[in-house]
Amino acid sequence: MNTKKLLGFAVFLLAVFVLVPLFIGATGRVDFFYTLTSVALLSVGAAGVWLTFYIGRINIGQGAYALVGGYVSAILVTQAGVPFWLTLPLAGLFCAAISVVIGLPILRLRGVYFAMVTLVLTEVARLSALALPVTNGAKGITSIPLPGELSLFGLTIIPAFGSLSNPRIGFYMMAVVLMVVTYLVLWRIVNSRLGHLCRSLQQNEELSASIGVNTAYLRVLAYAISSFFGGIAGAMFASIAQSIYPSSFVVADSVNFMLYCFLGGLGYVFGPMLGTLLLYFGWDLLSIAKQYQLLIYSGVMILLMLVLPNGVLSLLDKKEGRA
Amino acid sequence: MSTILQIKNITKRYGGLTAVNDVSFDVNKGEILSVIGPNGAGKSTLFKLISSFVPATSGEVLFNGERISSLAPHKVARMGVVRTFQETTIFRSMTVRENIIVSHHLRSKASLFGFFLGTKQAKEDEAAFAASADDIVDFLGLQAIRNELASNLPQGHLRALGMAIGLATDPKVILLDEPFAGMNHDETMKMVGLVRRLRDERGVTVLLVEHDMPAVMKISDRIVCINFGQKLAEGTPQEIRENEKVIEAYLGSEDAAIGM
Repeated sequence: MNTKKLLGFAVFLLAVFVLVPLFIGATGRVDFFYTLTSVALLSVGAAGVWLTFYIGRINIGQGAYALVGGYVSAILVTQAGVPFWLTLPLAGLFCAAISVVIGLPILRLRGVYFAMVTLVLTEVARLSALALPVTNGAKGITSIPLPGELSLFGLTIIPAFGSLSNPRIGFYMMAVVLMVVTYLVLWRIVNSRLGHLCRSLQQNEELSASIGVNTAYLRVLAYAISSFFGGIAGAMFASIAQSIYPSSFVVADSVNFMLYCFLGGLGYVFGPMLGTLLLYFGWDLLSIAKQYQLLIYSGVMILLMLVLPNGVLSLLDKKEGRA
Repeated sequence: MSTILQIKNITKRYGGLTAVNDVSFDVNKGEILSVIGPNGAGKSTLFKLISSFVPATSGEVLFNGERISSLAPHKVARMGVVRTFQETTIFRSMTVRENIIVSHHLRSKASLFGFFLGTKQAKEDEAAFAASADDIVDFLGLQAIRNELASNLPQGHLRALGMAIGLATDPKVILLDEPFAGMNHDETMKMVGLVRRLRDERGVTVLLVEHDMPAVMKISDRIVCINFGQKLAEGTPQEIRENEKVIEAYLGSEDAAIGM
């Protein structure tokens, strides 16, 4: 990592951990904490979708894994009394495990065929949540206790959320930490050989196989990492909302995850993060347009895809003359 | 000379159509063997069968006595039998050098997780790949375009890049798919020289499929001629040139086609 990038990263950390809370404190708009927490968590899910794009697959099924992750965490916390901080990785791992089972057959499909199957996944997850006894049907799981404290060797790393005077800021911090870690992992994947092989897969699977890449394994691996991100995002969401319903993540959410990636830029690791922020806030800001909200929103989306097919971040490339 | 590759009674049927019918021949270590035949004779299918990109209906391919015909393509590549494609098959949005570096995958000693963590072994691997990639760039004379995006390359360079990708895997046997197609005489002669050096300097056994008869006659140690999916003849260029069945297969333009 060169100094310029390191500096950019430091500025970013300063902004999200210090400046944003200060700004919100100054303006008194505490509700922004909730909005930004959602943005951070959605961008974790979007990071996963982006990774599947990176191996050349259009993934419109992240909502399914977010829902499953939310339920796994909620069930473990409410019925088995497992501490939330343990259920977070467990939810991710569970999602990764089922994505391997689902991914093995469906990742053989390409293009629109894969996209169609993933689109169905979210609906399958919703219907399963309605039908399974353990998920408590349409009533969902409510009154999930707030995360307790996380301590390691007697050292309190995260205090119990119930004891905080303002749990909102706690959730915000936690979500942002999760987001930063996720994107560091993603950045590292993309810039290591693993990412190079993913790129080779995206550009030509046959050639990739001919140079000895186990394409089936790599596809499933990338999809499992993607679903892991979806699972932890969902688990965190359920914990913040203290509830989860079959309709917590629906097809529209899956589509949104994909749109975040498109908007930010499929060629840029931090594209989905920016895309999530712009799209989530854009939608909220457009609420002043009342009944024209959806019209303007979709119009702008179409325009952006026409003018900036490589995402908003491609503007940077143009400025530096790289494009 | 020892046998490195044995093709034994291999057959491929697509529904009612028999693309390759009971073809057998051996490839000797260190030779340049060409497979020729008119359009639609089954050459390309035969190539895909040998590199295990399509499963055979019956018969088998042995590499150093080991059966490779039912393995996944990446496992065949791992054993050292690597195919190249025609020019459009490259990693388009990578530079020439990146194309070659990524193709070193088979030589990596570190695991993918090791690469993710950036272990010492992974760093050594990356350094070795970069050095070897530069070596291949020099070998194929691609210095001027090493940082060019692959999608911007003209046809002749794409063919060389395809070969570079193949070489990066450190193959024992390389399967070249029409390396001279669409080239003029000078380019063809340059490529002939390159393929020879592949064998002479890198010790790679070459198996190639080609239409360009003069080039095939010039380059090959032995030739296998197939037509309608069946082996017609096998022998040295001289024997093939004089084989009546072969002449018959190319009837109509016999002299010109066989390059006499």
